[in-house]
Amino acid sequence: MSEYSVIGKRVHRVDGPEKVTGSAKYTFDLVLPGMLYGKVLRSPHPHAKILKIDTRKAKRLVGVKAVVTGKDTLGHKQGIWRRFPELCDEEILCREKVRYIGDPVAAVAAIDEDTAEEALDLIDVEYEPLPAVFDPLEAIKEDAPQVHDGIELNININRHIEWGDVDEAFKKCDHIREDQFKCSSQAHVCMETHDAVVSYDYGGKMTVWTSTQSSYYIQRLMADMTGLREGDIRVIKPPTGGGFGSKFELDSAQFCAAILSMKLCKPVKIVLSREEEFTATKRRTPMYYFLKLGAKKDGTLLAKEARVITEGGAYTAMGATALYLTGFFSSFPYKYPNYRYDGYRVYTNTAVTSAMRGFGAPQSTFVGESQLDMMAEDLGIDPIEIRRKNGMTPNYEVPGQAFIQSCGLHQCLDKIEEHVKERGKLPPNHGIGVSAYGFMSGGIFNWFDTPYAFSAAVVRINIDGKVDLFTGACDIGQGSDTTLSMICAEELGVKLEDIRIHAADTGICPPDLGAWGSRETLMNGNAVKRAAAECKRQLLEFAAAKMAPNIAYDFDIKDRWVHLVDRPERGVSYFDIVKEAIRGKDGNAIMGRGHYTPHRKGMISPAYSFGVQAAEVAVDTETGRYKLVNVTTAHESGTVINPVGIEGQLEGAIMMAGGYGFCEDQPMDEGKILNPSIADYKLIRSLDMPETDILEIDTYEPEGPFGAKEAGEGLTNPTAGAIGNAVYKAVGVRINDLPITPEKVLKALKEKEKKKK
Amino acid sequence: MKKELKLKVNGQPYDIFVKPKTLLVEALRDHLALTGTKRGCNSSSCGACTIMLNGMAVKSCSILALQANGAEIVTIEGLAKGTELSPLQKAFLDHGSYQCGFCTAGMLMATTALLTENPKPTKQEIKEGIDGNICRCTGYNSIIRAVTAVVKGEYKEAK
Ligand code: FES
Ligand code: FES
Repeated sequence: MSEYSVIGKRVHRVDGPEKVTGSAKYTFDLVLPGMLYGKVLRSPHPHAKILKIDTRKAKRLVGVKAVVTGKDTLGHKQGIWRRFPELCDEEILCREKVRYIGDPVAAVAAIDEDTAEEALDLIDVEYEPLPAVFDPLEAIKEDAPQVHDGIELNININRHIEWGDVDEAFKKCDHIREDQFKCSSQAHVCMETHDAVVSYDYGGKMTVWTSTQSSYYIQRLMADMTGLREGDIRVIKPPTGGGFGSKFELDSAQFCAAILSMKLCKPVKIVLSREEEFTATKRRTPMYYFLKLGAKKDGTLLAKEARVITEGGAYTAMGATALYLTGFFSSFPYKYPNYRYDGYRVYTNTAVTSAMRGFGAPQSTFVGESQLDMMAEDLGIDPIEIRRKNGMTPNYEVPGQAFIQSCGLHQCLDKIEEHVKERGKLPPNHGIGVSAYGFMSGGIFNWFDTPYAFSAAVVRINIDGKVDLFTGACDIGQGSDTTLSMICAEELGVKLEDIRIHAADTGICPPDLGAWGSRETLMNGNAVKRAAAECKRQLLEFAAAKMAPNIAYDFDIKDRWVHLVDRPERGVSYFDIVKEAIRGKDGNAIMGRGHYTPHRKGMISPAYSFGVQAAEVAVDTETGRYKLVNVTTAHESGTVINPVGIEGQLEGAIMMAGGYGFCEDQPMDEGKILNPSIADYKLIRSLDMPETDILEIDTYEPEGPFGAKEAGEGLTNPTAGAIGNAVYKAVGVRINDLPITPEKVLKALKEKEKKKK
Repeated sequence: MKKELKLKVNGQPYDIFVKPKTLLVEALRDHLALTGTKRGCNSSSCGACTIMLNGMAVKSCSILALQANGAEIVTIEGLAKGTELSPLQKAFLDHGSYQCGFCTAGMLMATTALLTENPKPTKQEIKEGIDGNICRCTGYNSIIRAVTAVVKGEYKEAK
């Protein structure tokens, strides 16, 4: 609909000029007068008792200003599941026990990084190594070592989802498949590692600059851990070099810098090294998946049962949500009349597993879409046809769980079918695999126990018509500053350049849960739209008084023109009305507030996006190597607010999700990650990157601002499954464990050969 | 134990003293406060620290500052002429070739060096030109489109 003047247009990002000139200042770049540099000492053991920490030598080193250990903390355990204290299990600075290689035990502040590093070597930690357990299937055995005392079978949390009568339904199926899969871990690899500058002053106030996905979470969690009042902690998010799910929990850089700064009343900066980033921050949850799928001869899916055991690593983190969401999204995007999920998250002595872009859904989509292709083949049905037969449609209720309003899945299937047909007959050893997916637009869960609205915004119009937009939303690169500015400008009827956004600074912005679960466009977008509408309402009152038209007329503002909707030529300048309104309000700037919390929207999310992806691969049967030739995605995310942003999300997701299917992995030995560097951790680089085509489908989401919904994480879901299906189409081998490496393909090819003989 | 280091960075001569083990990226960021150049790995594998040294793309974490003594260096801060952005910078804006922006300096320097050496690269050559640079956000294709647009002459050099 072209009635919009800002949204849907190809604009430069609001942070563009500073980012292309190198003038954007990230936390990584900040230097404050008198600032000290911190480093964190980490456990070399996967599981050990801390017997003694001797910091005396380190303290004596010239240039060292403070050394802290768990004894210098309140000893609180933290976690993002604040509503469930038993799930808040991470001290950050361990006092008695370490549970993975990388668990922090001490931190140092010194005049420079080299000195701090040197001091780490002078800290003597006496450990008593304990038996450790690394694989969740081992950890749930009776006699396995206990990662946390008193936790039976190391089961951190379990989740059950069920509807219909699964057992009865399986009896009615013509065909049942049972398959096992293994989903690997994945590192976020944000180009800016976790970092923080924390300044605690003599007045007892703390300011934190940090690379984060939620300044409000960090403020609240920091308050829990330091005993400071929330209001005495100000968290500011400068431009942030990526998040992807890794940066919305309190981390060791933030917490250790804070404890050190509180000791010294001086600013302390901690930047995690790339190695620490790989070994001691969180990562995607590896999962063992057991799937049972039952269908009628005609392809109607009657029942699905999913059982999952996830490798939790040492602490809960956001893994509990990943466990839930993988279970929920295992039913996506199909209408299963009968469905059952049982998931177990198991503690292990490995680096903590948690949220990563897609939040459990890339795993469930890989396994589900792989199995669905197998089912289709068993039944002799075309893969697209079986998806069409069972795919979700608008206004569908996931029984007892969720209500789906807008849904363009079937249009996406049509488009992808056309695309596959257009490709025609493929060269030998080429194959196209398809994969369908859906994802949420923000979660409804409040395990964090925020008393605030999930999203909020304040809009202030100044005398020159310039608009200040204050929001807690966190732009971590995904572009929310731009998207929200566009929504504000559209609603207010001004131009994008009239908006100046102030985001993610808890000192001046209303709280927002932050950038995770693909929530900003819909949730914060609604808050911004409402705040802008509130300002507009005030301006229109003055316009009505000034122009005094027939009461039957409606007013609106568009392109800075305040006018009668039915007689657009009759109007006044936005700038004039602003001036008069401020005068009329006794000199107060025009202010509007807006907030959004989903109500009566089921248990998961207020809205869902859908899509279908086709990946084409070319396999070299000699080596098992394959090339990602093309990835074409038909997707819908409601009204497109920021088209350049969506393209970027989509292509970027293919790099990350393609990597998950293609090459990314974190092999371990006894809890030690073996490839903790960018040289050894294989990522998709430009030469491996496939061609990417986008087929945009129009939908309108009634719950979203101007009809918009998520376009961030869902796009990470389909690619691994599409690659797996494509490899199968190309050379007839099916790989059930990620990543689908050349070695696995080659091995499977050889086995296939053997069987033939 | 510090040694003298003379450099010309973005046309400006500098005369500073650095420790022998100081990396070029540290000299630029910590001594000259040119923080536009980023560091993503410190082990020459991500490309975030790419600068131009005597006209060639170099990962500034891969050489010691003193090895660059006497060199002419261009960093991201030196691409714009006054307030006018370079063609590649403009193209990056138009094509949304950056998101978090942390790889952007390296990407712009790698592609600027590429076009200095080879003003008409093929798509494959563009891909090769940035293969040493990781971008975790964009998936590279928007960067390739931006460079292609500059190659096609869609952006004019600032005078
Ligand atoms: S910081 Fe130099 S290549 Fe990564
Ligand atoms: S824009 Fe974020 S790494 Fe490239």
